[in-house]
Amino acid sequence: MRSNILRHNFLTALLLGPATAWLVVFLVLPFVAIAVFSVGERAPEGGYQAAFTFAQYANLPARATAFWNTMVLAPAGALACLLVAYPVAYYLALRAPERWRLILLALVVIPFWTSLLMRTYAWMYVLGGRGIPALLTYVGFEDIRLINTPGAVLLGIVYGYLPLMILPIYVSLERLDRRLLEASADLGATPISTFLGVTLRLSLPGVMTGFSLVMILLLGEYLIPTLLGGGKVFFIGNALVDLFLQSRNWPFGSAIAITLVLVSVVVLLAASRISTRLSGARRVDLI
Amino acid sequence: MSKSYRDGLPISPEKFVDQLMRLKRGSIGRREFLGLTGLGVATAVMARELGIMPSPAFAQESLGDRMSIATWPNYHDPATFENFKAETGVAVEVNVFGSNEEMLAKLQAGASGWSLFVPTNYTISTYKKLDIIEALDMARLANFDGSQQDPRFTSEGTIDGVAYAVPKNWGTTGFAVNTKKLTKPITSWKEFWDTAMAEGDGRTMVHDYQLTTIGNALKYFGFSFNSLKPDEFAKAEELLLKVKPHLFAVSSDYQPSMRAGDAWMTMCWTNDGAQLHRDIPEIAYVLGKEGGEIWTDFYAIPKDAPNKPAGYALLNYLMDPKVAVKEHLANGAPSTDARVNALLPKEVLDNPILYPAAELLKPLEFGAATTLTDPGRAELMARFKSA
Repeated sequence: MRSNILRHNFLTALLLGPATAWLVVFLVLPFVAIAVFSVGERAPEGGYQAAFTFAQYANLPARATAFWNTMVLAPAGALACLLVAYPVAYYLALRAPERWRLILLALVVIPFWTSLLMRTYAWMYVLGGRGIPALLTYVGFEDIRLINTPGAVLLGIVYGYLPLMILPIYVSLERLDRRLLEASADLGATPISTFLGVTLRLSLPGVMTGFSLVMILLLGEYLIPTLLGGGKVFFIGNALVDLFLQSRNWPFGSAIAITLVLVSVVVLLAASRISTRLSGARRVDLI
Repeated sequence: MSKSYRDGLPISPEKFVDQLMRLKRGSIGRREFLGLTGLGVATAVMARELGIMPSPAFAQESLGDRMSIATWPNYHDPATFENFKAETGVAVEVNVFGSNEEMLAKLQAGASGWSLFVPTNYTISTYKKLDIIEALDMARLANFDGSQQDPRFTSEGTIDGVAYAVPKNWGTTGFAVNTKKLTKPITSWKEFWDTAMAEGDGRTMVHDYQLTTIGNALKYFGFSFNSLKPDEFAKAEELLLKVKPHLFAVSSDYQPSMRAGDAWMTMCWTNDGAQLHRDIPEIAYVLGKEGGEIWTDFYAIPKDAPNKPAGYALLNYLMDPKVAVKEHLANGAPSTDARVNALLPKEVLDNPILYPAAELLKPLEFGAATTLTDPGRAELMARFKSA
């Protein structure tokens, strides 16, 4: 009996080994390095110089606008994604003919095979003066500018992150027990109250997963605001790029990065809580 | 010259499909198919690259078969590297950067992998101080002739009598204006900024680069491009924050937007100005009357260059006036080398974008090393961008 347990423990350790090593090398060690940087000082020529000070953290308000922009835009972007994604996922999981389903799913996933950078560049040309505005001018409108506007940034976000929102919702809807819908109808519920009371409620774990997945990625986004927003709206991601590559203030950059990680963890925990609460007794682990 | 991905392919896509169909029909053999489509050669090359097949020894074995260079966008004649490869067998990988700070950050982090790079004048002393660039062995640069260089532009490559970098070209930082959209003549930085808030509203770009964006804001008030004085900073910041809501973008990649007609006016470097004007004549290049920046880009070799022999070989190749003249024609920036100027066609030497009148050049300043590394300026730029 006892040897069985020992063997079991050994096997567990063996199986978990690669993942643990991966986490330590690629997550824990860099995090520790960044944490050490964040209490250092900027060297005179830029970079990092050993020290122990919390001055960088005290300086965080200097990037308040970046934090504010990110904190407003990340949830707004995730929400916009959700509003577009839910109907698509609903159709895919519950309405699409069986033989089309795989093809439609593939259509959702295939754009993901190309780098986001390339696809965002493509939008630069579609929204730029030679794209849609040229078409509009041809039809008779005057000098309409689409690129480098907040709308362009939002469009880029929805476009870029849509599959990440559709897939988890699709999965949770796909597993939905159809008999529950029939039961709801048998018991006299209208389609709308069935949707609100059964379908939507049971797909909430998927919604929360998609929402937090997109939101976490958006917290670190910098590409889309740079390319489609003209670099005028400063995100935390942009602040980080600037601090590491332009002003070469590694300690301040590290302090901001650490703060961003902490904020992300708080967001995830909150999402997990809300999700658990909303979907009743079922516990949903997001992290 | 139109460029298509088909140029230089061993076989066109249509022909490939044609041959593939023949193979499927069985009207050609597999070996024949591989030969006709070039797939056989490609497979062999791949196998060699992956180390499956041994690579043949090259005549210049010491040069290796590849190197990488860090440089700026739209900065070289692509044929230069092709020709270099044809002559030496060394394939050149080109890494493109947006700012000197990014280059510095990458080199400082170590193992950049570059065997040659293109720093701007004011960074060289910093590289020297950080001990990350090589003192050049001039004996390996037979094509370089210091006596033919214009010392006005090239002095910053040499520190305490030791050459750390040799010049590629010089240029200025002015602005480009689409004169069809902005018809009122603009001749000064004061007018640049004022226009950005009026007729150029929502159509003006400034560099994502503190050196030039802050420097040219300082010029609005007639201060030095390199000023580090707090009270002058404060005025520059006030101007930048006032202009910010009117800008089209804060970006150093301004050619696409200018070409597409989205932006009508932008801060601009000589070579980009020359390229834009060459392709779209209504785009003019202007030097602010108050002055602004003059610069020289150099070639240098990092201390930790993985392939120094190839780095020297390419540098020497680029110093050949016959090669350099083609580079200048493609890139559009003026040369520091009298031998190259002698080979350039008259219309290039007469082009006021490349070789501006002396009274416009006179007030221009070289950026200073402290201007680039000053944390105060970096913070000011960040406040401007995050506003």
